Amino acid sequence: MKTLTFPDFVINRDNEKCIQCEVCVRQCAFDAHTLDKETNKVETDIKKCVGCLRCATMCPTGALCVSEYSQKIRKNCNWNEKQLKELYKQAETGGVLLTGMGTDKDYKIIWDHILLDAAQVTNPSIDPLREPMELRTYLGSKPSKIDFRFDISDLKLKNLQKGILKTKLPPQLKIETPILFSAMSYGAISLNVCRALAQAAEECGIYYNTGEGGLHKDLYKYSKNTIVQVASGRFGVNPDYFEAAAAVEIKIGQGAKPGIGGHLPGEKVTEEISQTRMIPSGTDALSPAPHHDIYSIEDLSQLIYSLKEATEYKKPISVKVAAVHNIAAIASGIVRAGADIVAIDGIRGGTGAAPTRIRDNVGIPIELAIASVDSRLREEGIRNRASIIAAGGFRNSGDVVKAITLGADAVYIGTAALVAMGCHLCQKCYTGKCNWGIATQDPYLVKRLNPDIAARRLINLIKAWSHEIKEIMGGMGINAIESLRGNRLRLRGFDLHDNELKILDIKPAGESL
Amino acid sequence: MGCSIAGIIDESGKRFSGEEIIRSIKKMFLRANGLGGGFAGYGIYPENKDDFCFHVIYNSEKVKEDTENFLRHDFNILKSEPIPTRSIEEIINRPLLWRYFLKVKQEVRKRFYEMTEEDIVMRSVMKINDASAGAFIISSGKNMGIFKGVGYASDIGRFFRLEEYSGYCWIAHDRFPTNTPGWWGGAHPFGLLNFSLVHNGEISSYGINKRYLEEFGYKLTLRTDSEAILYLFDLLLRKHNLPINIVHKILCPPLWSEIEKMTQKEQDLYRTLRIVYSNALINGPSAIIVSDGKIMFGFSDRIKLRPLVAARKGTKFYLASEECAIQEVCSISSGIHFPKAGEPAIGYLNNK
Repeated sequence: MKTLTFPDFVINRDNEKCIQCEVCVRQCAFDAHTLDKETNKVETDIKKCVGCLRCATMCPTGALCVSEYSQKIRKNCNWNEKQLKELYKQAETGGVLLTGMGTDKDYKIIWDHILLDAAQVTNPSIDPLREPMELRTYLGSKPSKIDFRFDISDLKLKNLQKGILKTKLPPQLKIETPILFSAMSYGAISLNVCRALAQAAEECGIYYNTGEGGLHKDLYKYSKNTIVQVASGRFGVNPDYFEAAAAVEIKIGQGAKPGIGGHLPGEKVTEEISQTRMIPSGTDALSPAPHHDIYSIEDLSQLIYSLKEATEYKKPISVKVAAVHNIAAIASGIVRAGADIVAIDGIRGGTGAAPTRIRDNVGIPIELAIASVDSRLREEGIRNRASIIAAGGFRNSGDVVKAITLGADAVYIGTAALVAMGCHLCQKCYTGKCNWGIATQDPYLVKRLNPDIAARRLINLIKAWSHEIKEIMGGMGINAIESLRGNRLRLRGFDLHDNELKILDIKPAGESL
Repeated sequence: MGCSIAGIIDESGKRFSGEEIIRSIKKMFLRANGLGGGFAGYGIYPENKDDFCFHVIYNSEKVKEDTENFLRHDFNILKSEPIPTRSIEEIINRPLLWRYFLKVKQEVRKRFYEMTEEDIVMRSVMKINDASAGAFIISSGKNMGIFKGVGYASDIGRFFRLEEYSGYCWIAHDRFPTNTPGWWGGAHPFGLLNFSLVHNGEISSYGINKRYLEEFGYKLTLRTDSEAILYLFDLLLRKHNLPINIVHKILCPPLWSEIEKMTQKEQDLYRTLRIVYSNALINGPSAIIVSDGKIMFGFSDRIKLRPLVAARKGTKFYLASEECAIQEVCSISSGIHFPKAGEPAIGYLNNK
C-alpha cells in the first residue's frame, strides 16, 4: 500500500559545507542518511527523519539544518497536518498510535499563569550569597505533635537536655534540595543513563527512582540514594532489592498513561535486563494495567504494610498515582491506607511508550492536583501523615517553587533530566532507536552516552535550579523552604478563571492580602 | 512594619503603676505613626483574679446586647461595666469599650466534658470574633487585660487611665502599620486567654502558619501575622503542652548547619522539632514579646532583622526595641544586653 503520509521534517544539506564524511550516516539509527554506493554520495530521505537533531549537532562542518516540513496545504485549524498524518497512518496499519515522552498538546500551562511575590520595604529581601538559605527537606510521615517530658517545677528549663524526647520519628528521606529524579526503568532507558542518575543523586544529596525495571547489581552501591519501585509486573522484586533501597514506591499509575499498563517488547529484553527484571531473555515484559492483587483501597493498604513488614518499618513507603479527576479523595485514601509519601503525576508526565490518545487526553494538570490534594489533606487534618511529591512536566526552577508554594514537599523530574543528558524530545523512545543513547538498549547507541559526563550535566542542572530557588526565596524574605511550602498567600493568579483560582486557592494578581 | 515594643516584669511579683510602661514606649514615638498603640497588664484585677476577664470592643449598643446574650449561654456574668477612660483630644472615634468578669457555667462544663474551661473560652472568643458582627474580644485571660486603640501608645495609655492600674508585668506596642489598616481591634497586643503578644515585624511565612493553625480550629480573622504568632504559642504551649523554651526553638529553630554541630542527643531533639513543626517556623523580620503572666519572653527572628534590647535592675527585667526606652524608666549604666539572633531574653515571675 502506498503511504499517503508526508514527512515531519526537512533536512537541508549545504553542499558547499558538506565534506561527505558520513558522520550523519553513522549517527542516524532511523536511516535518514545513507551512502549511495554507486555515486559514493551521502543521500537523505527526509521521510525517515524524527527531528532529533543528532546529525545536525554532530556534523563537523555545520552543513545540516533540520526544520519542520510544511506543505502549505489549505489551512484548516480543525483538520491540521498532524490529524491528517495520524489518520493516514491508522488507515494504513489498523493500529493504536504509539508515542513517547509527555503530551505535546497545546494545553494551558497553569504555571505560566501563576506569579510569585517578593519583599519590598517593610520586609527585607535576603541575599542567599551572604545569608544562610535552607532547602533541606525531609520526606515521610510526621506525627502531629511531639511528646517531650520535662520537670514542670523546672520552669526555667535552663538545660533542655534534661527533658526527655519521647517521640520517635517514622523513617524519613533527607533531601538537600526539593528535587528528585523520577521513575525511569532500566529497559526504557539504558544502564548508562541509570548510572548517571544514580551518581548525580548521590552527589546532590537527593534520590533517583529505579522505575519498575528492577535494580542492576552495578547500581547497588548507590543504595543510599535509591528509591525502588514495586509495580504491577513486580519485575526484579526480591529481598536484596529492598535491602538496596532507601525507600520503596508502589507504582499504581503514571501521568502519561493513567489506567494503562506497560509493555517492553522482547527484543529489548537483553541478557542483562532479563537478569535485572528476573524474566527470561527475549520475552515481552508486560506490566498489567491494574495490580492483580489490588482491587480497592484495603488491598493497597495490605501491600503497603507488607512492604513495611518486609523492610522492618525502616524505610518510607511511597505510592505513586496519576492525577485524575478525583485525585484529592484518592490521595486521602492512600494516606489513610498508610503511605508515607504520595507521589502524584500530572497529565504532562513523560513515558517511554504510551498510546497517543491516552497520553494526550487522560488526567488533569499537576498544578490543580497539588492544590486540591494539599487542601483536602489539611481539611482532614492528615497532611502531616504523608509527604507529597509532585511530578509531570516540571520545566524549570520557577515551576518547582510554585509547586512547593502550592503545597508539594518536593518534585520529581524526568523529562528535564533526560533533556539535560541530551534528549531532544523527538518522542520516539518507544522505537528503541534513540540516537542520543538514552532510550535504547542497542549497544552501538548505548555507548554514545558517557555516564560520567551525563552525571556532570545532571549535577549542574540540580545545582543551577537550587541556586535559583534560593534566589527566589531570598527575594521573598524567606530563608527556610518550610516557610515557602504551602504558603499560597505568596502566589497570585494572572489570567485564570475564578474556578481555577478557587481550586488553586490563590488570589488574583492585583489583590492585596 | 516599623513599630516599637517594650515590656517590664517585676520578677518578685510586686505590682507597679502602668505609668512606667507608658513612659518607656513613649520614648520610641519615632517608630510609630499614630495608627495603633496598646498595652497588656498582668496582676491588675486582684479582686477577680480567678474569673475570666473579657475586654470587648463594640460598634453599637445592639451588638453589645446580642453578644451578651450569646455569652450567657456558656458563662455566668459576674460583673459588666464600661472600661474607664478619660476624654483626650488625640483619641477620636472611640468604639464602645466594655469589660466583663465571667465564670464558665457548671452545666456547660459537664456537657462539654472533653473540653477544658480554656477550650470553652477559646471557642466563644473565636465564634464572636469570626462573626465580624461588630463585636471584638481583645482580651480573655484571668487577672489581666489588654488596652488598645488607634492613636499613639502614650495617648492610648492616658485615654485608658493606665496610671491608675498596678500590675507586676506590662507589655506595650506602638504601631506603624503597613499591611493592614489601622483599627481598634488591629492594634497590639493581641491576646487569647492569658497570653498576650506584641510584635514588630512582618512574617514572610504567614500564609503557611495560618493554614497550619486552621487545621487545629483557629480562625484568623484579623489578616495580620501577629495574630498567627499568638495562636502558635497557644497551640504549642497549651494544647501540645510544651515548655516555652521548646516552643521558642520551634518558632525560631537553629540552622541545619548549627544542628549538625550539636551532641547526638541535641541533634535528635532539634531535628525532630524542625521536622514535626516545619509549618510553625516563623520566617521574616520579627522582634516579639509574649507573656502569659508567669513569664515575659522576648526574641527576634533567626537572623535578627528587628532590634531587641534587654536589661535587668533589681527585681525588674526590661525588654524594648531600643535602649533609650529602658534608660527612660531605669537609669542603668551596665548590664544592657543585646540578645543574638534567635537567642531569647526571659524574665520569670518568681513568687509562687
